[in-house]
Amino acid sequence: MIWLENIERVFKVGDERVHALRDVTLNVAAGEYLSIMGPSGSGKSTLLNILGLLDRPDRGRYHLEGRDTTRLNDRQQAEVRRHRIGFIFQFFHLVPRLTAAENVELPLILAGVNPSDRKARVAVALERLGLADRARHRPDQLSGGQRQRVAIARATIMRPALVLADEPTGNLDRASGKEVIQTIELLNAEGMTVVMVTHDPEIGRRTHRQVRMMDGRIEFDSGSDNGSDSGAAP
Amino acid sequence: MKTWDSIRFCTGSLSGYPLRTSLMLLAMAIGVAAVVMLTSLGEGARLYVTQQFSSLGSHLLIVLPGRSETVGGPPPLIGETPRDLTLEDALALQRSSAVDRIAPIMVGSAPVAHGNLTRETVVLGSTAELLPVRNLVVAQGRFLPEGDIDRAEAFCVLGHKLKAELFGNDSPLGGFVRIGQRRFRVIGVLAKKGQSLGVDISDVAIIPVASAQALFNRSSLFRILVQATGRDAIPRAKKAVLEIIRERHDGEDDVTVITQDALLSTFDRIFKALTLAVGGIAAISLAVAGILIMNVMLIAVSQRTAEIGLLKALGATGAQIERLFISEAAMLSSIGALFGLLLAMLGQVLLARLFPDFPVTVPPWATFAAVGVAIGTGLIFGVMPARRAARLDPVAALSRR
Repeated sequence: MIWLENIERVFKVGDERVHALRDVTLNVAAGEYLSIMGPSGSGKSTLLNILGLLDRPDRGRYHLEGRDTTRLNDRQQAEVRRHRIGFIFQFFHLVPRLTAAENVELPLILAGVNPSDRKARVAVALERLGLADRARHRPDQLSGGQRQRVAIARATIMRPALVLADEPTGNLDRASGKEVIQTIELLNAEGMTVVMVTHDPEIGRRTHRQVRMMDGRIEFDSGSDNGSDSGAAP
Repeated sequence: MKTWDSIRFCTGSLSGYPLRTSLMLLAMAIGVAAVVMLTSLGEGARLYVTQQFSSLGSHLLIVLPGRSETVGGPPPLIGETPRDLTLEDALALQRSSAVDRIAPIMVGSAPVAHGNLTRETVVLGSTAELLPVRNLVVAQGRFLPEGDIDRAEAFCVLGHKLKAELFGNDSPLGGFVRIGQRRFRVIGVLAKKGQSLGVDISDVAIIPVASAQALFNRSSLFRILVQATGRDAIPRAKKAVLEIIRERHDGEDDVTVITQDALLSTFDRIFKALTLAVGGIAAISLAVAGILIMNVMLIAVSQRTAEIGLLKALGATGAQIERLFISEAAMLSSIGALFGLLLAMLGQVLLARLFPDFPVTVPPWATFAAVGVAIGTGLIFGVMPARRAARLDPVAALSRR
């Protein structure tokens, strides 16, 4: 599924060169439920962005579902993001002027799906997440938990193979955070690979595999041995 | 992404920021309205002058004594005195096949009296031909009769204002007026035509040219109006007139021939240039509106950074985002242009109410040009912000709240 080899990412901050990722190698099998933890600045968000094709590594190779993503051009990368990857953000990133249903519809619009198909798929997705009665509400009329569930519906409407979550509960109270985690676990149970960055050790413990990062390196990987032989190496 | 979806998405984002959108629409509308209004004013002025000239008569050449042009060379030591234009000169012009009618004109000023009432007025000496040549209309009675040009008959035709002043509401036909020391029988009254190129045709008395020669005791004509047989014949007529007069004046070119068309086309050119200049000035305001659109779109891009980042994360390509922002700019400028056209139409209705005499028409090219420039500037100035949006780094865009 995910096959990362010797990934390096360097940022230039002023005159300084900051190594966000140093020599990161990671294999994730299809259907895994994985958390990445670590202090701020340890490179976990950068890693997630590279996994999501929002950022390009300076060195190393990244194969997603057997495809060498570093060789894809921008348009092809956008296509992979559109069809194979779903993003869940800490701050939800819902478009404020659009209703819940319209926010969920966005990926379908970008993919050029027919309006009649879109309506049906959006209705099903909202129904599944218990948001059917909230479809016509705007984000500012929704609670934090509801907003994150709308964002999850949007991330999964294209049935992606890989769901990337960046501190999905970081901005929620405990109760709604728990709801959101349960929803994400449901997606994993349906077969989606979930990679989640989190600060919360309790949530980290719930995942099947934990990766701890420090100073741009993977310091600990609970599933490194089984990960390497089930990894989809090309 | 389907076209219809793009349109819906753009209208959504435009109506999402009503103040920004309405300000930009206003700027665009004012720009377009300015272009259309100013060019229509220029065009109106041109039409107005053209109308004034054509009320003078058609295919007209005016022969003036003396030469007003300097052709170069040293100034003559002995002052050149131009020969007078005479009635014989006028009659000789009829030899040319390009000439349809001629009307010799003498002008003088004399007291015109009826009973106790006396008016000092302009007295025109001419022939029956003056009526068709100058496009005059007779309201009562008839115009000067055709006949021997040398017979000093005591008939006169009054302008309608002069008639009103001398006769009031009575019919003047058959009555007598005294012009200078002579008595003239009134045979007709001219219809109200108003001003025609500064000469008030309603305040004149017209008498046969021979009578005028006798009255003013002079044989020189003020000018000769020549009507060519057609528009194409005008250059030929001009050449013929110059040749005939030169032949009669011992080989001297001592007359000036003004063709009405030359005057007209000169004014036409001047006003066209004026219209273009004014339109160009207005186009600058359109460009300013375009720059405003660029600024506001740039602000919109930075306002909507997170949204752009999100669209990228959801799989929008840079090209898709660029297209979205350009469509937004295009929609803004075309809707603005539409409002501008409405505004201009409103302005024209208002202008037509205020100045009914002034012909206000929008040349079709001005409308197309205004709308074209509006959409063009919108697109050109929309490209830069759209590029910036497309190149936005999604990681940076999403990291901000």
